[in-house]
Amino acid sequence: MNELIRLETVRKIYRMGSEEVGALDGVSLTFSRGSFWAFMGPSGSGKSTLLNLLGCLDRPTSGRYILEGRDVEGLDDDELSELRLRRLGFIFQSFNLIPQLSVRENIELPLFYLGWEEEESAARASELAEKVGLGHRLLHRPTELSGGQQQRVAIARALANDPAVILADEPTGNLDTATSRQIMELLVELNAGGKTILMVTHEAEIAAYTRSQLHLRDGRVQAIEGERG
Amino acid sequence: MRGVTRAVRIGIKDLWLHGLRSFLTLLGVLFGVWSVVTMLAVGEGASAQALERIRRLGSNNIMLTATKAVEETTGGQVQRTSVYGLTYADERRLRESFPAVRRIVPAKLVRKEARVGERTLEVRVVGTTPEWFELVPRRMLAGRELAAHDLAARSAVAVLTESGARKLLAVERSIGGFVKIGTFAFEVIGIVESDVGVGDLPTPDQEVDAYIPMTVCKDRFGDISQRRTSGSFEREQVELHQIIVEVDDTSHVEPTADAITTMLKRFHKRADYKVQVPLTLLREAEATKRTFSIVLGSIAGISLLVGGIGIMNIMLASVTERTREIGIRRAIGAKKRQIVGQFLIESVVLSVVGGLVGLLLGIATPAVIEHFSGMPTDVTPDSIALALGISGAVGVLFGIYPALRAADLDPIVALRHE
Repeated sequence: MNELIRLETVRKIYRMGSEEVGALDGVSLTFSRGSFWAFMGPSGSGKSTLLNLLGCLDRPTSGRYILEGRDVEGLDDDELSELRLRRLGFIFQSFNLIPQLSVRENIELPLFYLGWEEEESAARASELAEKVGLGHRLLHRPTELSGGQQQRVAIARALANDPAVILADEPTGNLDTATSRQIMELLVELNAGGKTILMVTHEAEIAAYTRSQLHLRDGRVQAIEGERG
Repeated sequence: MRGVTRAVRIGIKDLWLHGLRSFLTLLGVLFGVWSVVTMLAVGEGASAQALERIRRLGSNNIMLTATKAVEETTGGQVQRTSVYGLTYADERRLRESFPAVRRIVPAKLVRKEARVGERTLEVRVVGTTPEWFELVPRRMLAGRELAAHDLAARSAVAVLTESGARKLLAVERSIGGFVKIGTFAFEVIGIVESDVGVGDLPTPDQEVDAYIPMTVCKDRFGDISQRRTSGSFEREQVELHQIIVEVDDTSHVEPTADAITTMLKRFHKRADYKVQVPLTLLREAEATKRTFSIVLGSIAGISLLVGGIGIMNIMLASVTERTREIGIRRAIGAKKRQIVGQFLIESVVLSVVGGLVGLLLGIATPAVIEHFSGMPTDVTPDSIALALGISGAVGVLFGIYPALRAADLDPIVALRHE
């Protein structure tokens, strides 16, 4: 069975004072293992909300979210944290590295919460830094690195727990064209290695690196392009 | 456990990054603990000394002392004689009418010049009975105490205190030697250890004393003493200067003391005596000590409260400053309690480090005080445990709210925080 994620008529309604704002309005989707998706759409289309729901940072107002055959509904805060820790990896537009930690310590962060031994954890971090081409920068602080390098550290961190899905929120939004291309090539390479990647972007050139594109508008699925699954 | 030590290490590292800020924050607890430990040590030392002295007066004893009351004179203007103090009749009544009384030691005190060869020294002559040495226990350094037969035979013998013996004669050769007290020669039969006095308590031998048989004292020196003051003689007539009453049981001490007071009131027109009960003084000293502890405790409480508020303030600022970091950690999979732990560890580390440094200073300061002022101090294990316990508690108490606030942040909102 190739299905990794299934959403069944998922709704998300935010309450802004007395007004209710529907961010997602009955979305049903499946994502299979090894796929590479771009979520596209104008701002307010619900693509970020969708990513937050898939990342277990938020809960749907109604509908079902099934991750690796497990219904996420009804899990408490600790269980959702555990799920993020073991099965999910995040990449953000603004990299979100912890400034006072070194490159190695940033990559080790998920392993720290997983309770890894320090030596194994350090070895794993070095290996991942090597993989994203930053093996020589392990002891640097994030602020000493370029934007592209910081995003590579973030990718290494997202890979540390060997997640089932990588969730990327506009990973090239703060990068120039050349660096964006390098980052996308790295993601394509990871996907080729079998990683499932779900990415939010509003740039067509960036979406072109992915194998499937999901177009959202007003909280609904408008169109699906590329590979289905 | 391994995870905890690692988390503590990380916490210390984060605090180290803001070295100055962390240092200033822990100063509050540092000063609090420092002052508390120091004050407790000084207070403990002082009261331990006082309590020990009172205890040595005997908790079963009642001390009666003659005090010069309002002036009452007999005779002309040139010679005034003050008559006051305890009387032989008092002593007799004490012996006869108080069943709880076990022993009674009367004492006459006379100031005289003592002389051995060329050396002279003013001594306090204590005319007393052998029981003195039982109720005021002292170590005998040489020779023997006064004995009943000395009194009966009216022997001219004297027991000297160590300090007097040292000044008048060489200790080793003194037993059997003679000392002239006033105009009479006394054979030195024993030397006892000197002891320092206790505040205004009628301490038996706070100075250079010569103990002689009561009977001899009465015969040779009489009841009247003369002192030259500003051109005129001042004469005093006192039968007994002091009576130590020993009661058979501690529970009888205070009722007996009350009964004695009542009795004395009846026979003395003026209050020319003082009744003191070491046991009561002991209780009072202990009560004072308790009060002192409460006051110190309040000061400690206030200073640690201030220290704790400082910590809370900084931790709240730190949580706001690190909102994004908290969001990142939560997104990666940190549970709420791990965020709570992270911040709580930092606040506890701050206050415990402050407490430890304060404790070291608090141990060192009393030693310095003792060295320079000679005041006794005592850093008790209790105060150390108290200091550490309280500083740890302050860290938890004032760290918990900021830590909970950190953990309750919505990860999505925290991640967007600038």
